[in-house]
Amino acid sequence: MLKEIGRGLMTTFKMMLERPVTIQYPEQKRPVRTRYRGRHILRRYENGLERCIGCALCAAACPADAIFVEAAENTDEERYSPGERYASTYEINMLRCIFCGFCEDACPTEAIVLGDNYELSFTDRAQAIYTKEMLLEPVPPGGQPTPQKTPPGVYTRAVPEMEDPKD
Amino acid sequence: MSKMVTLTIDGIKVTVPEGTLLVDAARQAGIHIPVFCYHPKLEPAGMCRMCLVEIGRPMIDRNTGQPILDENGQPKLQFLGKLETACTNTVSEGMVVFTQSEKARQGQKATVEFLLTSHPLDCPICDKGGECPLQDLTMAYGPAQSRFEYEDKIHLAKHVPLGDLIYLDRERCILCSRCIRFQAELVGEAVLTFDERGRSSQIVTVSDPPFDSVFSGNTTDICPVGALTTADFRFGARPWELKAAASICSQCAVGCNIVYNTRREARSDGRIVIKRVLPRQNEEVNDLWICDKGRFGYHYTESRARLTAPRAEGRPVSWEQALQKAAEGLRSASQKALIASGRLSNEDLYTLKRLADHLQMPAYLYTPIGGGEWVRRYGLSTGSDLSALGKGDAILVVASDLYEEAPLWYLRVRQAAERGAALIIAHPRTTRLERQAPHQYVLRYAYGDEGEIIERLRREAKIAQTLHEARNLVIFFGNEGMGLEQSESLAAACADLLVETGHAGRIHNGLIGVWPHPNAQGAWELGFQPIFDLQPLFETMDALYLVALDPFGDGWVRQNGRKPFLIVQDILETATVRQADVVLAACAYTEREGTFTSGERRVQRYYPAVPRYGDSRPDFAITAALGAKLGLNLEAQSAARLFQEIAGAFPAFKGLDYARLAETRPQWPPTGRADYPFSGTAQPNTQGMGKILSAVAEGTMTPLPPTMQKESLRPEEGTLLLVPIHRLFDAGSLLTPSALLHGRIGAPHIILHPKTAQEAGVTAGEKVLIEWEDRQAEALVKVEEHVPVGVGLVPRSMGIPLSRAARARLHLAERVR
Repeated sequence: MLKEIGRGLMTTFKMMLERPVTIQYPEQKRPVRTRYRGRHILRRYENGLERCIGCALCAAACPADAIFVEAAENTDEERYSPGERYASTYEINMLRCIFCGFCEDACPTEAIVLGDNYELSFTDRAQAIYTKEMLLEPVPPGGQPTPQKTPPGVYTRAVPEMEDPKD
Repeated sequence: MSKMVTLTIDGIKVTVPEGTLLVDAARQAGIHIPVFCYHPKLEPAGMCRMCLVEIGRPMIDRNTGQPILDENGQPKLQFLGKLETACTNTVSEGMVVFTQSEKARQGQKATVEFLLTSHPLDCPICDKGGECPLQDLTMAYGPAQSRFEYEDKIHLAKHVPLGDLIYLDRERCILCSRCIRFQAELVGEAVLTFDERGRSSQIVTVSDPPFDSVFSGNTTDICPVGALTTADFRFGARPWELKAAASICSQCAVGCNIVYNTRREARSDGRIVIKRVLPRQNEEVNDLWICDKGRFGYHYTESRARLTAPRAEGRPVSWEQALQKAAEGLRSASQKALIASGRLSNEDLYTLKRLADHLQMPAYLYTPIGGGEWVRRYGLSTGSDLSALGKGDAILVVASDLYEEAPLWYLRVRQAAERGAALIIAHPRTTRLERQAPHQYVLRYAYGDEGEIIERLRREAKIAQTLHEARNLVIFFGNEGMGLEQSESLAAACADLLVETGHAGRIHNGLIGVWPHPNAQGAWELGFQPIFDLQPLFETMDALYLVALDPFGDGWVRQNGRKPFLIVQDILETATVRQADVVLAACAYTEREGTFTSGERRVQRYYPAVPRYGDSRPDFAITAALGAKLGLNLEAQSAARLFQEIAGAFPAFKGLDYARLAETRPQWPPTGRADYPFSGTAQPNTQGMGKILSAVAEGTMTPLPPTMQKESLRPEEGTLLLVPIHRLFDAGSLLTPSALLHGRIGAPHIILHPKTAQEAGVTAGEKVLIEWEDRQAEALVKVEEHVPVGVGLVPRSMGIPLSRAARARLHLAERVR
């Protein structure tokens, strides 16, 4: 019996010598893993055009019905994305979202990705709905904000090039 | 009965009539052979090569004519060296077909890959994506990977407008020619065709204006790829996001079965709105088709001018106050009347009629065309079906331009004529029906001679003989150039002709009124009296209850000092609503349920598609609430219970049941998700095909009064006779909210013969001032050859208030100024 007690205390004494695992959040933050699935980000191309083409495949893939997309047509005077079509409304209800990442898988242009941000808090339901402006990443350096005025004949593809999904 | 043939498809024994195409026979056995260019309503073309199958035919001994047997006693089969198309081969006795064999699958896979060599694969942004046969069949039969890089593919124009309603994407087109064949074979106007050859082939429109057809929207339904899409639905939503509600088209009296696709929309402040209209299969009414007016004209239900709350003296008030004021107005008036239009449901009209009877005031139906009394007695009866007409039958179309007034009836009459029915057209000018349908006889009469049409038909020996000998006779009558009274007497004469030729009171026989409203026939059945000229009523009555009509906006009623107490019940803010003392806000028919009675007397149900707008209420509920204030107890909640009351009260409705109106019957071709490649995206009918009313005159025939002869004007030397005609796209308050159609509607115009225009000193495109009786209006001049000399055609509901033929003078608008 003493042997068992001794073995138990042994663990206790060992732990007293180790550094605590608790960190002082929010002053201290631990980096997330590379494949962590946090709040979504809508990405842009280097020139600032949005990757999202408003195809609503993310909304179709979403098991929680958290995404709402409405599309409209690009023109050279007012261009949001390289193709014919862009998302005029893009909303994610973060209360519904289960962060499964299916939207990321479904996206043909790799426009929506799940980011690192896990700090989501709301004080009412309306706040939980993230709009396109909130989700879009900032315009990269050297890029232009959307809508852009583009020369005719440059963006003739209906959809931008789609890559084979690689891990 | 044709000979039956038995064959084996994928091991399943199938027995079908001789001459059946293999692809149809397989579908009847539940086997889906993949197709792109084949469509069950069109002639086979064999363009896409998707339906490749292995076909074995029994070898026949030439000497005995008997099949050669192998050692097992089975007929020896002979296979062609290569695959054959199932859409062009008809069945034969003993045929053995493999649709899924290794060889067939290889052929199908190669075909898909070949079709995709120049397809852009832009499914994520394509409006067809999700209901696209090419997408579905590629998933089912095609290779998983494309061997063609995007840069190697042919790149063509992706946004070509074919007319203002349809867009063509040349990259997506697989050249199946379904759209070309639909226009040429079914509609009879070859406005689309192939241009160039080989790899450069493309679809072009050869008409001016481009894609000049009122059936253009249907090509987007049967297009097996996303090459043809509508401008209305462009990037509107993905198909899988849409909810569907069965309904009936409200734009004319045909009663086409449709589906409203709806979706909640951020653009419309989060309301649920209609995104598009699709045809709903009803082989007895509209097959798989609808016209462009029905497809694109729904926008009025969500117009900004919708009434959201009741009003009194121009200010919004509560329902209680509005109803109280309306009831007081009706109670205190000694001379009062109720006027309703054919836009209301049977239930609304029944409730209104009960209220009118209770208050002892007349109940009028506001209609430019009369004679419904005769259609009620001599119309089609239970079991009739226009698609049953064919060889040996006769169809008479009098004073109606069916193409412009009821496009689906044009289509059905044309199809019946193609099947061999004798088509007789009596019209003062050449209509599209005459140009595009195989007709037997044309009776050309002058405007003003409408009273003699039927008499002249009797005198023409050949026509009279055809009419007498016809197994079935259906008569369509319109009111080209006629006022209410003249069209009434024309209807009576037509009914007389039906009786005289022995066709009255029989199935597949009868009179059809080409009404401009969806439920005018319902009003006739429920005992409303026709009226069109409302000016006398406005001058003599103390109170008027107007439901779903806009006589001020149409220009029929002119403001003078005296105005009766006006109660107006409508869905839109019209000129009449602005004149009203009390406004009762009704909800659109898309927001409630009810029934319409079509021109062929078919009672059909429609269902709510979107939520009610603001504080509006169904018409029958408003009338019932008003009745309650006036001491009349009416059903205010349930359209079903009201319909049961109608069925109990009116002999023609006897035996009809609201719930059983939702019954359907098996139909060919099959429709639905799995059959999108086969028959297009027309929706299956699961919510009711409707039922035709029973004949009132069955057994006992009501004696007809002698045909009334009404005086009408004739064209004379040196004068201009103005004649009102119907155009499909008019400037009525229900069509103008559809911005997409403004190009088709155009400006107010007058159509003249070149000679008439020359005499009047005007040329095409000039603005003229027309003066007739004590009225005047401005219009643009159009010059067309088919107009009789000395006549000016003026479309109705286009801002020129002309209700019947009138003598007129033309001036150049500039000269007047």
